[in-house]
Amino acid sequence: MSATTAPPPGQPAGDPPASLLSGTGTSRTGDRLFAAATRGSSALVVVLVALTGAFLLWKALPALQKDDVNFLTSRVWQPAGEPPRFGIAALLWTTVLSAAFALLLAVPVSVGVALFLTHYAPRRLARPLAYLVDLLAAVPSIIYGLWGAYVLGPVIAGVDSPPRKALETVLGWVPLFEKTGVARGNVFLASVVLAIMILPIITAISREVFEQVPVANIEAALALGATRWETIRVSVLPFGRPGVISASMLGLGRALGETIAVTIILSQPSSLDRFKLSIFYGGETFASKIANNASEFSTPQKTGAYIAAGLVLFLVTFAVNAVARVFITRRGEV
Amino acid sequence: MAKRIDVSGLDVFYGDFKAVEDVSLTVEPRSVTAFIGPSGCGKSTLLRTLNRMHEVLPGGRVIGKVTLDDEDLYGDDVDPVAVRRIVGMVFQRPNPFPTMSIYDNVAAGLRLNGVKKKALLDDVVERSLKQANLWKEVQDRLRKPGSSLSGGQQQRLCIARAVAVEPAVLLMDEPCSALDPISTLAIEDLVQELKERYTIIIVTHNMQQAARVSDRTAFFTIAGAGKPGRLVEIGDTAEVFSRPTEKATEDYITGRFG
Repeated sequence: MSATTAPPPGQPAGDPPASLLSGTGTSRTGDRLFAAATRGSSALVVVLVALTGAFLLWKALPALQKDDVNFLTSRVWQPAGEPPRFGIAALLWTTVLSAAFALLLAVPVSVGVALFLTHYAPRRLARPLAYLVDLLAAVPSIIYGLWGAYVLGPVIAGVDSPPRKALETVLGWVPLFEKTGVARGNVFLASVVLAIMILPIITAISREVFEQVPVANIEAALALGATRWETIRVSVLPFGRPGVISASMLGLGRALGETIAVTIILSQPSSLDRFKLSIFYGGETFASKIANNASEFSTPQKTGAYIAAGLVLFLVTFAVNAVARVFITRRGEV
Repeated sequence: MAKRIDVSGLDVFYGDFKAVEDVSLTVEPRSVTAFIGPSGCGKSTLLRTLNRMHEVLPGGRVIGKVTLDDEDLYGDDVDPVAVRRIVGMVFQRPNPFPTMSIYDNVAAGLRLNGVKKKALLDDVVERSLKQANLWKEVQDRLRKPGSSLSGGQQQRLCIARAVAVEPAVLLMDEPCSALDPISTLAIEDLVQELKERYTIIIVTHNMQQAARVSDRTAFFTIAGAGKPGRLVEIGDTAEVFSRPTEKATEDYITGRFG
């Protein structure tokens, strides 16, 4: 790193300058210090990410080597056995399903709210409303978990709740919506709560990008005789798309890793219940599995199994962000 | 078909601020009328009232009358969206839709009107680009983004987009102010061709341009900051530039002020 070549603060560099043009005054020292500080911070971030990955890998590898079943395709979880048997298939499915369904619910609502705030609501109303949406983000996730499990759950996700029954009746033939015996602690409820939790961040970022649509783009559509909705479709949405995608990916990242709310909500189906792909099935996500068992990390082998699960979550989040990058840059080039 | 515009006793307001006061003028079909005058004299504001684009800005409203072939633009049952479909506009900075291809930019207006037939769209896109003198330059790259063109080409693309819906009137708000002289010349030539089919009003800061392209010239001025803009005189361009009836016009066109 060139940062090490910066002179110590306050010390003028070498002899007095020969001419006005060749001077390196104290401001240069400031420049170098500042450059070193910014470089250092950026490097720190990279190092932290790399160290986290390395730590996960280092702790997980010994357990993975002893694993008696395929780590990626098995659904068993008996990390304490001799030899240990553990696989992440079920965890991965529940994690991705709950987060993806949450995103599916949250994005249209968020985009709608953001469009309303930027292009429909009168200015007097838009400000407090936007503030209210931001406030949603400040509610601790434990509150969402409790509210979801005890207030929202019985209304929408119980065996006899109308929304669930309607979905099961209409879409029950799709494995994703197959009827199950799991009461309210199912992925469906977790997804709805996750959707509410990620709504503020997606709305806030979408609102920012929609506000930045150049007036020229909007006038171009209006002058062609576009209605308000057509203007949004032709000018606002195409301009905002990369921003909405990044916002969604941030939301998805949060949904994938959300721990406490999901831990409270999701229930483990009894071992007699056949595994189902349905969103009305229960289960555990990576995060809730680890949280549920954190108090029982008694042996390095057992700990290693959970850390291996954590490593997969780490990689999935990474992959999601990488995919988002590709989408965003592709839009940019066209 | 080109239509005649009649403005009578028009005041334009933004909130409480009166931007333009008591303008009356007539624009004949298939002619080019130039609006000239110093900055802030209300010429662009007036232009925007002719397709009700001023209503997009907060507090924009008018008192007075604007008719298009005897049809009141501000009648109670008139939809501003419908007005803008027959009175097209070209802006100061070229503003093609940035995510759309050249083809889609030109087809945008028709698609908003619900046209889906590919053959019809193809025809209109070709015809419009030819009318805008852009066809030869872009015919083999219609699928490239509109933003890949040069500034002058982008402005002609915007003109093609505006004429694709066959408006009755074409409003141009300083269409060359962001362009280099060669591109400006191309647009000026184009205006001469387009006036065969459309009623054109062009706002310009460039008096030579007004003299070159317009049949009639309207001169606006402003008494001082915060005062409304007023129409000083309107007449045949040759007359206004050689024998202006008002002292203010003469001062402006001879460069004594503004």
